[in-house]
Amino acid sequence: MRAVIDGVLTGAVYALMGAGLTLVFGVMNIINIAQGILVVLAAYMTYVLNRYLHIDLFVGLVFTIPMMFLVGVAIERLFIRRLQSQGNRTGLSILVTYAVAIILEGLLTIVFSADYLHLHAWYVDRSIPILGFYLPYIYLMGFGLAVAMLAVLYVILYRTRLGMGIRASVQSRLGAELVGIDINRTSTLAFGIGTAVTAAGGMIFGATSVFNPNSGYDLISILLVIIVLGGLGSIGGALIAGVVMLVIEDVTAVLWSPIWSSTMFFAVLVVVLIAHPTGLFGKPEARAQ
Amino acid sequence: MAALALMVAACGSSPAKSANTSPIKIGISLSLSGDRAADGKALQQGYQLWADHVNAQGGLLGRKVELDIVSDASSPSQVVTNYQKLISVDNCQLVFGPFSTALTKAASQVVARYGYAFVEGAGSGPSVFQQGLHNVFSVSLPAVNELQSFAKWIGSMPASSRPATAAYATEDDPFTAPQLDVARKILEADGVKTVYNKTYPIETADYGPIAAGIIGSHADIVLAGTTLIDISAFIQQFAQQNYNPRALIGSAGPDQGSQFIQAVGLNHTEGVMVPNSWYPGANFPGNKAMVAAFLKKYGGSAADISSDVPQGYSVGEVIKQAVDATHSVNNAKIIKYLHSVSLLQTVQGPVRFDSTGQNVAAEALIFQWQKGQLLPFKLDSSNHLVAVPPATSKIEYPKPNW
Repeated sequence: MRAVIDGVLTGAVYALMGAGLTLVFGVMNIINIAQGILVVLAAYMTYVLNRYLHIDLFVGLVFTIPMMFLVGVAIERLFIRRLQSQGNRTGLSILVTYAVAIILEGLLTIVFSADYLHLHAWYVDRSIPILGFYLPYIYLMGFGLAVAMLAVLYVILYRTRLGMGIRASVQSRLGAELVGIDINRTSTLAFGIGTAVTAAGGMIFGATSVFNPNSGYDLISILLVIIVLGGLGSIGGALIAGVVMLVIEDVTAVLWSPIWSSTMFFAVLVVVLIAHPTGLFGKPEARAQ
Repeated sequence: MAALALMVAACGSSPAKSANTSPIKIGISLSLSGDRAADGKALQQGYQLWADHVNAQGGLLGRKVELDIVSDASSPSQVVTNYQKLISVDNCQLVFGPFSTALTKAASQVVARYGYAFVEGAGSGPSVFQQGLHNVFSVSLPAVNELQSFAKWIGSMPASSRPATAAYATEDDPFTAPQLDVARKILEADGVKTVYNKTYPIETADYGPIAAGIIGSHADIVLAGTTLIDISAFIQQFAQQNYNPRALIGSAGPDQGSQFIQAVGLNHTEGVMVPNSWYPGANFPGNKAMVAAFLKKYGGSAADISSDVPQGYSVGEVIKQAVDATHSVNNAKIIKYLHSVSLLQTVQGPVRFDSTGQNVAAEALIFQWQKGQLLPFKLDSSNHLVAVPPATSKIEYPKPNW
């Protein structure tokens, strides 16, 4: 039972970290390998605000979300936009975003060194006893934040003109252009929004794990699995997939052995993709382009 | 005729030998990125401090030393490529070891192929020395001995206060896993029942289930084969879940000075233990000067100094003593000397190599965090842990609650 609770709480946090990744792929056919290092970048931003300006971790989101949005816009304009006219856009995006990841990692190492850091606040190490379990505040708050952020993302995608444009681009880039949607602007905003959401994931990550510039590599493989399982382009799918995968991993570790956790993790992915190649909630038309 | 004689004399006489003043290149592969980057950086600091020190004194054999450092990104395959390049392309005359048992083991084979001496300080797991190689020398405490003092101390307690149960969790790593095996056997022989014993992959990202398993076992004491990442994750989970083991020891991580404090918070360091053979105040030759040099170059306080720093420094010291004794940088002569010398001195303490290259003169100390200081303790004749003089602190047992 403990493992299930941990899996649900942790899975939501991973879904938050992966939401931006699935949004970007859904809209732009871009596999953003830099997502892991962007999570770490967000953690560092939160650290700077907390350490030097004494801003609370959650309050710091007021600053880190817009900052990460601008980072996303900059990456899209400088690197991703140039892939538009390329034939193998998706494949090239892996190389380009990997290069971006290495650049960011290098810059973070120069500024912060390879020393490990951890975000601290009074609620990071405390928990609340409920029904015989101690539920850590940070995971409960992270779960709540994940649900809230994903709900906001849902509202943007399904209740705003911008969201309509993004969804139109997912269905058909050509069609969206033909009806007057500015694809470039839509892509930039989608990438920026996807990166902005990462601010929240990065803050929770930094509060629950030690991190340094190299921590992004461990994250990206998990995030890619989650978004593929959830269905590329599906925000809700990312949440469900995150929870499912982490519950499976945690239960396996507790009941069997931690060594088999990763195996079960990927075994579930393979089984689901065989049965449903577009993932749990992926739409075939999103990949028809 | 006289001219001919002069010509013959000129040809026959040796030209005047010019002293070789070119720098001695020392090749090192370090984990400057990847999972071991923090330790790699600390090891680099140790090597650099030694190089600065020896160059200030005129170098080796009157020649400055130059460190040729390349990054292996914490990868066992990259470290092999690096040493091949350092030796065959960069023509380094000497090489020093990388960080971690896994990388040292991988690199030692290729270094042996070239006949180089491989002096290292951060690869003391037993698998390094089970390869039958003749060229590997570890200046640090052998890994299998690290937790023995702790296990013997627990076993020496009267039955009324001795913990009844123990939990073991370790990375699947050739440095940490053997330590726990040895400690577990000692404790089980003394009647401490094992209630949790798990090994997890090094690439584990979520330590929650493992921590949950330890907490669920309600073990009296916890022995963890860890580095900074996992021990700090465990401590955070233990604090969140109000789980207070009577003793908690990590094979590595709590020895990382300020990084450990930063990772877990000062109030969560209290009572946590870690094995090691060095501390900033140790009275070994050259240690105080090394600590002073570190503070001057890198700032901070003595407590900030990672135990990887003296490991790197000691490697340099051993090489210098070997080079001075053999009057050369010939690796075959250095290897022969290191196998025959009775005792060497380093900032980590005395060094004497057995036939496999392990340091049999190193003493295993147990360190415990008390009020923000990492204090050294050693076993006395009754297997009680007593403070290393001049300190007079008592070991904190049971560990204070979080």
